[in-house]
Amino acid sequence: MLIPAVVIVFIYHYLPMFGVVIAFENYDWSKGLNGFWTSQFVGWANFNRVFGDPEFSQALLNTLRISVLKIVTMFFVPIIVAILLNEIRNMFAKRTIQTLIYLPHFLSWVVLAGIITNLFGPDGVINGFRSSLNLEPFNYLTDNGSFLAILIGSNIWKEFGFSTIVYLAAITGIDPGLYEAAMVDGANRLQQTWHVTLPGMLPIIVLQGVLSLGGILNAGFDQIYNLYSVPVYGVADVIDTLVFRKGFQGGDYSLGAAMGLFNAVCGMALIVTSYMLAKKVAHYEIF
Amino acid sequence: MRKHGNLNRSRGYDIFYGINLIFLTLLALLCVAPLLNLLSLSLSAGHYAAAGKVTFWPIEPTTASYEIVFANKVFWNSLGVSVERVILGTSLTLVVNILTSYPLSMDSSYFHARRYYLWYFFFTTLFSGGLIPTFLVVKFTGLYDTIWALVLPGCANVWNCILMLNFFRQLPKELSEAAVIDGAGHFSILFRIIVPISKPVLATVTLFTMVGHWNDWFGGMVYMSTLSHYPLQTYLQSILHIDLTQIALSSVDFRIQEKIQLASSTTIRSAMVFVTALPIMMVYPFLQKYFTKGIVLGSVKG
Repeated sequence: MLIPAVVIVFIYHYLPMFGVVIAFENYDWSKGLNGFWTSQFVGWANFNRVFGDPEFSQALLNTLRISVLKIVTMFFVPIIVAILLNEIRNMFAKRTIQTLIYLPHFLSWVVLAGIITNLFGPDGVINGFRSSLNLEPFNYLTDNGSFLAILIGSNIWKEFGFSTIVYLAAITGIDPGLYEAAMVDGANRLQQTWHVTLPGMLPIIVLQGVLSLGGILNAGFDQIYNLYSVPVYGVADVIDTLVFRKGFQGGDYSLGAAMGLFNAVCGMALIVTSYMLAKKVAHYEIF
Repeated sequence: MRKHGNLNRSRGYDIFYGINLIFLTLLALLCVAPLLNLLSLSLSAGHYAAAGKVTFWPIEPTTASYEIVFANKVFWNSLGVSVERVILGTSLTLVVNILTSYPLSMDSSYFHARRYYLWYFFFTTLFSGGLIPTFLVVKFTGLYDTIWALVLPGCANVWNCILMLNFFRQLPKELSEAAVIDGAGHFSILFRIIVPISKPVLATVTLFTMVGHWNDWFGGMVYMSTLSHYPLQTYLQSILHIDLTQIALSSVDFRIQEKIQLASSTTIRSAMVFVTALPIMMVYPFLQKYFTKGIVLGSVKG
């Protein structure tokens, strides 16, 4: 029964792992898969090219900047919304609000990029407002500062609802007896939130925070690729987009594989660390 | 002394409650407002949309943009590819994951190598060869520019597998034990007993795989070289930043060419984006139900 999955995973996951050897080679495309073993070995030459490339160091910096901004905003927003939403006693209102805030999570970044361009592009709605106020049109998608803000903002828009339910589930799991005890002690709603709800959510908060650290090299390829353009490469080009442009589209497979390998090794170290931390502080186990 | 029945209801709290309800309602509306804008744009006259005048209600409503989209052969073709991909990809994922999860849900005392297989699959989530080596393997195993490139490499999904095996593990053991006594083999236990009572987890995995396949655009961009093999999302991605009035002009139908007067690149793009998002919005009510279930299932540890 395990054979189909074992074979598929071997071919499409483990073979590419062996395929990273092309990062140490001058990969010969004409040899196909045999090129993995038979191309000319060049040692660290491709990595020297990667680390000598100012675009790569810029992309690395951009990756970290975008990820950290996303992680920090996505840490606080869902916690706050979950606490506020938990106060709503009218089930119809609560459920309707939940339904509306998760919806963007299920749409692709291609769809969302179309929508964002409609809003912020040169002929967008925001520029419609500007022109009715007699302001000059402004392309928010080609300005470094506003582009970064759009990345962070649209990421919150798409994902905060999804994370909110995880926290809502955690709040639902808190023993109601604790609230009764707090009320007997004269705690008001705010004090109950501070002394009962937040400590009750803490394990999940810690877990989510720790696990998000594992994704720090993943700045969101789908989102950036569908929104960025040459004028904002300076702040928006991340490792994944650079691998795609230079390695894949540029046909420099060995260079792309070297960048990818750097990313994969650092990524693995981060994910393993985050799992170990999660196990230690939150007793989290995957299986 | 406060009255007992009213312990957590003060005047200040009532004010907070009102403000909170208004705030969350506005927040929820803010989340869907861009979608409403999209729909309005797609139904508006071209020159208003191009001037950024359309907000939440169509101006000079027209269906011209939709007619242009529906008259485009490439659109229908890519829609067909997407539907084929969703059906093929979801069935393949389901079969492979059911087959994989069943042995892995067994006790280690019965299936000694369980741990090694779990790690074999799990390791792929920690480390990957990356875009380029994966592309080369797909290319040189003959999947390039075929629908299999979009469904085969990702069908053995570890997270789906973990979700399923955790579900299988909490099923009552007596059921399969009774079947063993009756002389049933593993295949008949799995497909006659386990699968029929595992509908919740199967529904969760099915819906999420369908949405994943429908939404994926990157696979189509990387692995498909022929335009007629593009799934809808990839096709949409490829025309996101070009002047779409060309699509109408390329139509042989004179009536469609005339529709251009009423549309603009923005309205045509909006119509196309809306049509692409529509299936998701239609299955969304089911998704939401099973999504919450999926979280509960995922947290059940055997």
